[in-house]
Amino acid sequence: MSGNPKAPKASETVARGPGMRGGPKFAKPKNTKGTFLRLLKYFKPYLLTLIIVTICIIAAAEANVYGTAQLKPIIDDHLTPMVKNGATAEAWSRFVTAIIKMGAVYALGAVCIYIHSRLMLKVSTGILYDIRTEMFAKMQKLPIKYFDSHTHGEIMSRYTNDTDSMREMLGQSVPNLINSFFRVTSVFVMMVDLSPALTVITIIMLVLMIFVVKTLGKRSGAFYKKRQAALGVANGYIEEMTEGQKVVKVFCREEKINTRFAELNDNLRKAEAGANTWASILMPIMGNLSYIQYAITAVIGALMVVAAIKGNAHALIALSVGELITFLQYTRNFAQPITMMSQQFNSILAALAGAERIFALIDEQPEEDEGMIRLVNARIGENGELEECSERTDCWAWKTPEGELTRVRGHVIFKDVTFSYDGEKIVLDDISLYAKPGQKIAFVGSTGAGKTTITNLINRFYDIQDGEITYDGFNIREIAKDDLRRSLAMVLQDTHLFTGTVRENIRFGRKYATDEEVEKAAKLANAHSFIMHLPEGYDTMIVDDGENLSQGQRQLLAIARAAIADPPVLILDEATSSIDTRTEAHIERGMDELMRGRTVFVIAHRLSTVRNSNAIMVLEHGKIIERGDHKELIAQRGRYYKLYTGAFELS
Amino acid sequence: MLRKFFPAVRGYGRQSLGASFMIILEGVLEIMIPFYMTKLINEGIDVAVPNINIIIKYGALMLLMAVFALITGALCARLAAVAGTGFAMNLRNMLFTKVQDFSFANVDKFSSASIVTRLTTDVTNIQNLYTMLIRMTVRNFIIMITAFVFAVAVNARLALVFAVTIPLLAIVMFSIVLIAHPFFERMLKKLDLMNARVQENLIAIRVVKAFVKGEDEKVSFNESALALKKAQLAAERIVIWNNPISQFIFYAAMVAVCFFGGQLIVGGKMKVGDLSGFLAYIGQILASVMMLSMVFVSFIITRASQKRIAEVLDEKIDINDDEADPDLKVADGSVEFENVNFSYSKNPDNLTLSGVNFSVRSGETIGIIGGTGSAKTTLVQLIPRLYEVLEGSVRVGGRDVREYKLHTLRDQVAMVLQTNLLFSGTIEENLRWGNENATQEQIEAACRAACAHDFIMSFPNGYQTDLGQGGVNVSGGQKQRLCIARALLKNPKVVILDDSTSACDTATDASIRKALRTELKGTTTFIIAQRIASVMDADRVMVLDDGRLVAFDTPERLLETNDIYREVYESQMKGGDEE
Repeated sequence: MSGNPKAPKASETVARGPGMRGGPKFAKPKNTKGTFLRLLKYFKPYLLTLIIVTICIIAAAEANVYGTAQLKPIIDDHLTPMVKNGATAEAWSRFVTAIIKMGAVYALGAVCIYIHSRLMLKVSTGILYDIRTEMFAKMQKLPIKYFDSHTHGEIMSRYTNDTDSMREMLGQSVPNLINSFFRVTSVFVMMVDLSPALTVITIIMLVLMIFVVKTLGKRSGAFYKKRQAALGVANGYIEEMTEGQKVVKVFCREEKINTRFAELNDNLRKAEAGANTWASILMPIMGNLSYIQYAITAVIGALMVVAAIKGNAHALIALSVGELITFLQYTRNFAQPITMMSQQFNSILAALAGAERIFALIDEQPEEDEGMIRLVNARIGENGELEECSERTDCWAWKTPEGELTRVRGHVIFKDVTFSYDGEKIVLDDISLYAKPGQKIAFVGSTGAGKTTITNLINRFYDIQDGEITYDGFNIREIAKDDLRRSLAMVLQDTHLFTGTVRENIRFGRKYATDEEVEKAAKLANAHSFIMHLPEGYDTMIVDDGENLSQGQRQLLAIARAAIADPPVLILDEATSSIDTRTEAHIERGMDELMRGRTVFVIAHRLSTVRNSNAIMVLEHGKIIERGDHKELIAQRGRYYKLYTGAFELS
Repeated sequence: MLRKFFPAVRGYGRQSLGASFMIILEGVLEIMIPFYMTKLINEGIDVAVPNINIIIKYGALMLLMAVFALITGALCARLAAVAGTGFAMNLRNMLFTKVQDFSFANVDKFSSASIVTRLTTDVTNIQNLYTMLIRMTVRNFIIMITAFVFAVAVNARLALVFAVTIPLLAIVMFSIVLIAHPFFERMLKKLDLMNARVQENLIAIRVVKAFVKGEDEKVSFNESALALKKAQLAAERIVIWNNPISQFIFYAAMVAVCFFGGQLIVGGKMKVGDLSGFLAYIGQILASVMMLSMVFVSFIITRASQKRIAEVLDEKIDINDDEADPDLKVADGSVEFENVNFSYSKNPDNLTLSGVNFSVRSGETIGIIGGTGSAKTTLVQLIPRLYEVLEGSVRVGGRDVREYKLHTLRDQVAMVLQTNLLFSGTIEENLRWGNENATQEQIEAACRAACAHDFIMSFPNGYQTDLGQGGVNVSGGQKQRLCIARALLKNPKVVILDDSTSACDTATDASIRKALRTELKGTTTFIIAQRIASVMDADRVMVLDDGRLVAFDTPERLLETNDIYREVYESQMKGGDEE
């Protein structure tokens, strides 16, 4: 399965603790500027906090620079004179004052670091929350079509990887970048102030560093792509073979699989070694380039000091020992944030690429819903007329925008319906059919004949291109989508349960159902007895989509879920396919009860399930090729007869 | 636990040591640069007569060291990358081959998703830890000690500053990690919960929409997102102390050195140049303490990954054929069960199969029916020894299955699993799983028997059609038929079809059975089916109920004598004779 949705395990997020950096990232957003500007909008509610954060970051960076700048006066104005002229009490106290000043500035810096980290934490967790909830809310509004064309893994990674790189960016990269930027500029200003001549060396080195970063970035980008490709192949193989582990065992393929994996694994190693080399070589190169600069600066600076001592130096290059020492310290302080910035840059680009994908999801076209007719509870008033009421009754009514009430009966008509999923391949071709209130209509036919599609059109999972579907006389497009769906209950082929208790899962059909109603529905679906055998009965937790239940048991719960919803129309799409025929026979009475008085659409592989329908439609290639009840179809001796007797010919 | 990972270093030990060595060299060089810087100032400038030669000499030395440090640093990056990726490769191979040795029982214990996580994310985590270990641990220890020695050499009394700051910093950093760790665990749990919610909604989006539950789901998602936000705040609130405190200690050390150093200089016990060298050491020493704490951090946070990988490596394989006779061949397709008890949990009080006895002659066709959970699948899986019996004996060809090499046994007992899978590749490649050396004729014959030949030929590329991962390009029924053909190609003595035609229409189902009967004469066939029609033409039918074999007889007699069989028969055949 290519789009295999995998529950993200703790380990996938484990590398995000304090102080860990992710691997090399080179994903680039398509529209960097647009994405960035859009991302800024999420910062808006936190504007005031952000201003304080920025002030604190700048203050912390400046404190660092300023504190270091105190070295020069301490050496030149205090220590050197005291060494030369002896330490007077006054000189001492001035020295101590300078030290205290330096300490105070540093302390302030540390406090500012704490404040901005703390505030930024509030902002980043807040923004992540905002984005996550917005994304989920949007996801709920997307049409089924979207989920058809995107794998679960793809959508999941919006929530995991993409928000994750965003988290890293908000929490670390952005503050670091601002910090680094201010540190670099302030240090630079200080350097120019101290010695323009020595600063020239710094500029030359800076150009060299930028060149190195660019060249290495390009190289490592190419290697990274190779690595990703090799990783994709190896991981795909791991996934496929792990899923198929039992088949591998049955066919004794272990040796062959091992050999093949060893090959892929070795390819991955080679590609990864290349990528990792270029990713991690940046640090030592940048770090040591700054040492080279340090050495050159030291020599030239020392010569300048010597020249100044000898008195034959131009004012521009005049330098004291204290100035040289401070300048050298600056050299180190200058290189550090530059290395840091060059690293943060990649993760910011990766985060923006993630943000772009998140925004793409948020920008998706939501499900169309222009319906105005609502579903309301109703009762028959004293004068025999329908009237709306707030409590739940057994009677439903459609309410037009004008306030007219029409009783919901479940009269569904397809008129010349043509439908295609992709606009090219016709799946349903000019289908006309009707279901009168209370009738049971069955669809039979091979896989891909269009059975499930028909039911997906009634509840408007998809919209038809041609023709008309009416429900109690209204075109279903005029009915509010949510209300349309509330009036239909579906039991689908793949039963999906949700994390929660058995009771909560049944209640999924109707939120405010009482415990008695839940049990009643479970009994109807023949699920009560197995539920009572579960360790905690109705309060047993269902985990991992009901992994602890058998497929048949899950279908029984799904039937109970539909039963409690108690809607006028019921759609059963292979609802009993995983229930063995013996159990099915047992629940037949319950099913009959459930179907009584409702319009029912049934899709079943097993013909025994559809036999007692009012009408059976045999579908083939999107067309109804036979219709009638069981007896009529058998008498016709057509496709249905063949299908039916196919099971019987050997007796 | 780490000892388990040692074998993964194999073949990359030299690179690992090399990386450590290079980075130590780099570190030492980086320490020496400020040392010579101090000398340059003290001996070249800060003397009565400045000495340009000394300045140039020390300058050149520093430059040389910086260039050398650059080279060693780059070499370390390369060696560490090679060592780290080699380590990861070995680890992946160890895991993968181990998983290939797993029996079904072992496979059941780990979900396939969790095995994939272990082979991918967990390995990457350990790889990062390993690279970090070889690059950081030794280097930072050495830097810390060397810088300290140099600092003492410059001025022992001033070096006392480190006696306070190093332990202080270490204690603070390590306690932050230890305090924060449980909070991070909690946060990850909340994250998993939230992601599970999303996942659930993705898988069941149709159910959510059909029941108009979008709003409710949104509310509960927001709850879990809020819980995550709170947990994240709680965890990171502790970690953010890291930065300001370490900076504070660093600054405090700077101030202290300036103050005490100033005193020493004024007292004539130290030179001005020494001060700048000392300031450089502060940065280096404290940075290395922080790096070491980072190694510690990654060690702590990858503990879960380490544990998960160790779990796989430590897993005891419960089926092996070490003592089997490699020359023993399967004589015929007879199958016998003698007092077989089986339990998935290996617990005699929780039997899935109990007291099963039967004997099947070679060449018989046996149908198996029974309700969900009656252990039909369990029973047949014991025949190719996919699981081990708890008590009793399963015999194939007259010998206990434990006497055969697994390869020998499974080659002769072909099983078509209920959850059948095809792999990416062409149809032919998939079929060849059954027999690597099959001729085109053999392949086609198997496909004809499985009613697969016609639809294969209807594809433009015939047998060369690419199936895509998991066989996504064919329908369910076609997939099942390919799986049957794949098993038939083994030309086995026993064939087991575990509900293998459920997605095929009844006519196809019937003709497959017919083909099996005529073309695989002499092959014992077991057919598990939901459809009564699928077993009605079997020689004999087993009726299973709740892990017991309640009846084993011809279909005709069962109809008369067995209630379960009759009930199933009637539920499916009722009305069939109306016509």
